[in-house]
Amino acid sequence: MKLTPLFAGAFMLALAGTASAQTLTIATVNNGDMIRMQGLSSAFTEETGIELNWVVLEENTLRQNVTTDIATNGGQYDIMTIGTYEAPIWAKQGWLKPLDGLSADAEYDVDDLLPPIRDGLSVDGKLYAAPFYGESSFIMYRTDLMEKAGLTMPEAPTWEFIGEAARAMTDRANDINGICLRGKAGWGENMAFLTAMSNSFGARWFDENWTPQFDQPEWKATLDTYLSLMADAGPTGASSNGFNENLTLFQQGKCGMWIDATVAASFVTNPNDSTVADKVGFALAPDTGLGKRGNWLWAWSLAIPASSQNADAAEQFIGWATSKAYLEMVADKEGWANVPPGTRVSLYENPDYKAAAPFADMTLGSIYAADPTHPTVKPVPYVGVQFVAIPEFAGIATNVGQLFSAALAGQMSADDALAQAQDATTRDMTRAGYIK
Amino acid sequence: MATRQTRTLARTMMAPAVLVLFIWMIVPLVMTIWFSFQNYSLINPMMTGFAGWANYAYVIGDPSFTQALFNTLFLVGGVLLITVVGGTFLALLLDQPIWGQGILRILVISPFFVMPPVAALIWKNGFMHPGYGMLGHLWKAFGLQPVDWFAQYPLFSVIVIVAWQWLPFATLILLTALQSLSEEQREAAEMDGANAVNRFRYIILPHMARAITIVILIQTIFLLGIFAEIRVTTGGGPGYASTNIAFLVFRTGILSNDIGAGSAGGVVAVIIANIVAIFLMRAVGKNLDA
Repeated sequence: MKLTPLFAGAFMLALAGTASAQTLTIATVNNGDMIRMQGLSSAFTEETGIELNWVVLEENTLRQNVTTDIATNGGQYDIMTIGTYEAPIWAKQGWLKPLDGLSADAEYDVDDLLPPIRDGLSVDGKLYAAPFYGESSFIMYRTDLMEKAGLTMPEAPTWEFIGEAARAMTDRANDINGICLRGKAGWGENMAFLTAMSNSFGARWFDENWTPQFDQPEWKATLDTYLSLMADAGPTGASSNGFNENLTLFQQGKCGMWIDATVAASFVTNPNDSTVADKVGFALAPDTGLGKRGNWLWAWSLAIPASSQNADAAEQFIGWATSKAYLEMVADKEGWANVPPGTRVSLYENPDYKAAAPFADMTLGSIYAADPTHPTVKPVPYVGVQFVAIPEFAGIATNVGQLFSAALAGQMSADDALAQAQDATTRDMTRAGYIK
Repeated sequence: MATRQTRTLARTMMAPAVLVLFIWMIVPLVMTIWFSFQNYSLINPMMTGFAGWANYAYVIGDPSFTQALFNTLFLVGGVLLITVVGGTFLALLLDQPIWGQGILRILVISPFFVMPPVAALIWKNGFMHPGYGMLGHLWKAFGLQPVDWFAQYPLFSVIVIVAWQWLPFATLILLTALQSLSEEQREAAEMDGANAVNRFRYIILPHMARAITIVILIQTIFLLGIFAEIRVTTGGGPGYASTNIAFLVFRTGILSNDIGAGSAGGVVAVIIANIVAIFLMRAVGKNLDA
């Protein structure tokens, strides 16, 4: 088991050595927008003569694969698809090449990239990854059930209103849950939601000295609100529900509200997949009046590992795939609704796009409501809204996610989960050298 | 009777294969031991150098280590109990002359051909999911609230899935043993007036003892490292309720990218496996001496 990365690295180095200078190897995630880009990329090859070699992987496999490759300087890829979590960490470690060429290219128009997302992919003002597709989170709700409950959803609701509405909409006899939220353990699953939610309660992962904050009242308020909401109005088996499980529940008409990724809007309003397509409304993620909303910020982005021997060609491809021209090409061939969302200001000023995507304004509003450089009410030493951009976070948050998932499953109390989260995180942060 | 020459010849001819197998085993083991004493994190290049026993202290000091150890033993014990008892019962049934016996035997054995992650997915979504699963619908049909198996009984659920997969293996081995029992011996006991329970207790069970021992030994080796079923269904949770040692090593080494601590966990797992194996060999392996 321990030999595999070494052998794989050596093998890939040998491969990289023999590859043509004009062939780019691209690792990407198997989501719809990326698959479409792969299909359209022959236009790039025709234009430039640069051949493309695709490695398309499922999200978790991609993460493990590219992390191992970049950390061992494997050199397997010229372009990697990474998220807003990896980009600043890897850039600081010198693992990524800055995209200076794109930043200087007037036609590419780097200033057109949505500022919160551009900031999340930059270190010291330098762009290290170009966003291909971006998202925040917001509330999707059933307009008919809301009406039946005698309530009106404000555009920017509070958690108090969400609690009241969720309980009012719940109809267990008819299998309708007032609210569906993520409960499956994982840093990109329940902890993405709970970290974003905690921001709106004034909680934070660490204080300025990197001391974990799970023993503070703000986290207690966050977890108590979440647990009581799910106990009163959540679906059975919520501790194993992630994005996909909740999407299915909502599409089947079993959720009054669902707070999750903005990308889900097109799925729940698509009449081919959703039984409630014509009864969905959108609102900003809730707050508690402290100035931060409980929504996150994420972008699947393209970056060049420092080990790439074809950096210029790689930057050329990234420029092509994340350009305004690419958006127009997708719109031309597949319609505006299928354009990768959430990356460019100009897209949200385009009347054709706004007509095709009725949730466009709310998506943009949600993205702007998240500030990765100031994610919480109190000051923090880290960047990131629903994550902490330090290398150790994925492991630490997966562990904490397990504890919170156990609290949701009724296996332990909220107080025990918070106490154990505090101990485990302190232990890991001490080991990593943040706490002396 | 082998002469000294034939023994020497056999040893000489075996040597290359033994050497290759030895290297095959020893190189990864030595590397794992080496890494277990190093500060080595894939994602933190600042963690370098000799770590002493720090990685071991970190793994053994993990709040979930004791529970993982307990879960590992409980998982092995639970699956063994179900498969040995169930396998014996099924073997006895399948040994009866019935119509369609061949097809029935294939059906009983078929779960063994399903890959572990696939089996886990089928059980997770098809059977045990409180919303979509067959059991959920069954509970609802009787007016009961569906059970959220993986949240309320995570370790038990994993045991059921793993036992379902290993039951065919136990059945197959035990059935083979049963079929080697001489018919005359059974008939003689029957003629002497022994009832079914006594025939089972004094004739069949002692005859099957060696086969049961083999089932226990082979299964234990595999069950100590159960991973795919946990990864697919519970992810080791909720909390640490279904985390076994193998999953703890995965969580430390792969999810946290901490190769040093992961390797230390791997070495600890090897030591635990050996302790269990020695204990088993002493406790039940004596059946093989005969």
